[in-house]
Amino acid sequence: MTTLRLDRVSRAFGAVQVLFDVDVTLRPGEVHALVGENGAGKSTTMKIMSGFLAPSAGRIMIDGREVRFATSEEAEAAGVVLIHQEFNLADELTVEQNVFLGRELKRGPFLDGRAMRARTAALLERLDCAASPDARVRDLSNPAKQMVEIAKALNRDARILVMDEPTAVLTTREADVLFEQVDGLRADGVAILFTSHKLDEVARIADVVTVMRDGRVVAHEPAGALSEDAMAEAMVGRDVSSLFPTRAAPVGAEVVLSVRGLTVPGHASDVSFDLRRGEILGVAGLVGSGRTEAMEGLVGLRAASGEVRLGGELVRWTAPRQALDAGVAYLTEDRKGRGLLLAKGMRENLTLQSLRDFTRVLIDEAAEERALDRAIAAFDVRAPHRGVAVGNLSGGNQQKLLLAKTMLAEPDIVVIDEPTRGIDIGTKQQIYEFVHALAAAGKSIIVISSEMQEVIGLADRVLVMRAGRVAGEVEGDRITEDRIVRLAMGLDGTARAAA
Amino acid sequence: MSVAADGKRAGTGLHLDLKVLGPILALLALVLTGAALNDNFLSYANVTNVLSRSAFIGIIAVGMTFVITAGGLDLSVGSMAAFIAALMILVMNALMQNVGSEVALVLLGMGAALGVGLLAGTLNGFLITTMRIEAFIVTLGTMGIFRSLVTWLADGGTLSLDFTLRTVLRPIYYGGVLGVSWPIVVFAVVALAGEVAMRRSAFGRHCAAIGSNDQVARYSAVNVGGVRMATYVLLGLLVGVATIMYVPRLGSASSSTGVLWELEAIAAVIIGGTMLKGGFGRVWGTVVGVLILSLIDNILNLTDGVSPYLNGAIQGVIIILAVILQRDRKAGT
Repeated sequence: MTTLRLDRVSRAFGAVQVLFDVDVTLRPGEVHALVGENGAGKSTTMKIMSGFLAPSAGRIMIDGREVRFATSEEAEAAGVVLIHQEFNLADELTVEQNVFLGRELKRGPFLDGRAMRARTAALLERLDCAASPDARVRDLSNPAKQMVEIAKALNRDARILVMDEPTAVLTTREADVLFEQVDGLRADGVAILFTSHKLDEVARIADVVTVMRDGRVVAHEPAGALSEDAMAEAMVGRDVSSLFPTRAAPVGAEVVLSVRGLTVPGHASDVSFDLRRGEILGVAGLVGSGRTEAMEGLVGLRAASGEVRLGGELVRWTAPRQALDAGVAYLTEDRKGRGLLLAKGMRENLTLQSLRDFTRVLIDEAAEERALDRAIAAFDVRAPHRGVAVGNLSGGNQQKLLLAKTMLAEPDIVVIDEPTRGIDIGTKQQIYEFVHALAAAGKSIIVISSEMQEVIGLADRVLVMRAGRVAGEVEGDRITEDRIVRLAMGLDGTARAAA
Repeated sequence: MSVAADGKRAGTGLHLDLKVLGPILALLALVLTGAALNDNFLSYANVTNVLSRSAFIGIIAVGMTFVITAGGLDLSVGSMAAFIAALMILVMNALMQNVGSEVALVLLGMGAALGVGLLAGTLNGFLITTMRIEAFIVTLGTMGIFRSLVTWLADGGTLSLDFTLRTVLRPIYYGGVLGVSWPIVVFAVVALAGEVAMRRSAFGRHCAAIGSNDQVARYSAVNVGGVRMATYVLLGLLVGVATIMYVPRLGSASSSTGVLWELEAIAAVIIGGTMLKGGFGRVWGTVVGVLILSLIDNILNLTDGVSPYLNGAIQGVIIILAVILQRDRKAGT
């Protein structure tokens, strides 16, 4: 049984202090949630706990004795393991090879494959994970990868498990599986700390909640004593009850986009829906239900069949350029992998999709700069300086830039996939306002989201997908979490009838 | 807080300057060394000689800059040059009897060279973009194919341009305008156009975008396959242009023509600061890279201190040094 305590820990980078006298105690058998906006100091705190950073002042205590971790290996040796948000697994290796990476068991000069396989199988069984020790990590689902990370941590005798946003890439159902395992670890006496932007799950599984803002601990309570609203308020330092703006403009009557029988082989089949002018159409469903793939098929990013009418006219797009020329843009859920060139500056990223509007024979760089000025003002992009590489912007600012880039092409219809994944609550609110403003300006918007609150708060109408098909549609006051979940899980709706 | 921010910015500024200035400083150092070691180094004859010889590799390297910036690679250019030279010679020799006008014959030869270059580049591009085979593998394959075809066409020996035709073609290499020989003029034009295209055209921007992350480019409605294809076709055409300049110089083609040109071109591109993994390229850097490589060769030939046999070793050291100096310091911080 190991207890870890940060005792008045501060940290500065150069002259910039990012942590001020942070006190956190992780106790065996206790699940501790660390919440706060992006930039509140959660990551720095976790890195200090796990030996990736040293504190500038203050002490790290393990079981009452002060320790100093020079490296993360030293922290691991003391039983403290950090699981990064972006998985730290070798994709091409097997589960077993990953679990034992760097500390392979040997018999003489050779690897002891049998012992490692048995040990891995035992760990996976303890975690109730169905993945085979021989499976390649690349072929695993996100929750399975998460389990492999945990298995790897347990194999290193982790007594203190620090998880950075473990549920960011998981659906609600997958997160439930994770939480069951967390319960098991808690019962085994492991001390667990995790961060999350999803306050409902914090309320559900945490025993203790620490709220950080601007590098300080602003609240520290047993989970039962802190409501979700109170957490959000402590994080932001202001009232956030009106996260979603009220709908200002009415939805138009005109159907601008009509999709019938859209089929993306292997991902979505027979998807049909109408979209009206000025409407915000939500698309809900579990990750893997074919939402993203269906929309990618619509705009020509994937091979698809079916009938698409734009303003009544039959269209067929085989490349995103054609859809964009017709006024239909798709904003990807993967802003780092598919949305932005992380090594390039804001200007190149902003105009990439609309470069021809800035080009006669040569690119008009002055016009690009003016467009960037307008985008920074309109979407409130906050950058340390103009020349900054986009990869160095915070997630929220990246998302705003991506939105600016998409809107620069002046589409009439925008598909926004996961508009607020992994960004803080203040920026979320801003993005919701942008989406509403776009709808009020007569644009039609499709929002794909795994966050139930987001779909309910934003959409005029919700399309629920399950296993590649439209399971049902809910509108107006009938948009409730219960109704959407039942459709998404196949408890209600057409999908069950079909199955 | 402002102090730290200022300090940081000054640091990156200095770093950027070194990245930009590095190749230029190296070139300057070489020129000064050459001038100090040999009085003839800066003579009109020697400078013209160095520049003319640089032109072949230089023209190819400009095309290579676009290919590499877009995340590709072309190992076949040396063999391709030999293949183009062989066909150009065969076409001109064959048509000599039928075509009366010398000018028409020269133009036909040039047309053949450009046409073959275009086709060869298209073949590479097709296999890489449409058939989705790694650029390294495709061009390793076509490198062997082109080289072997030359040997076969020449029946293991040398294909020679008819003697009368040589006199006709001679001015293309040895002639010029205002005392500047044609290869230098063409190299300058290609380099200038390339620099402008890389910096200020949508094509150049798209190459850099595809090289940094082709998924982002695809999701940004960039025609990724088309742009990639265009880089290989452009390179094929430029190999054709370079070969047109090259054939008049020796008037022959054999299996040893253009050997290792691909590596020299790639080396010049890398010395110039273009990233081998793609995403960032600069044509002026490539020009500087080509000149650095030629000057090393030239200086070693002009001076007695170091054996010219060590040319390759010195070039190798320069390439490695260039990459070390231009490396991002991310790893250290």
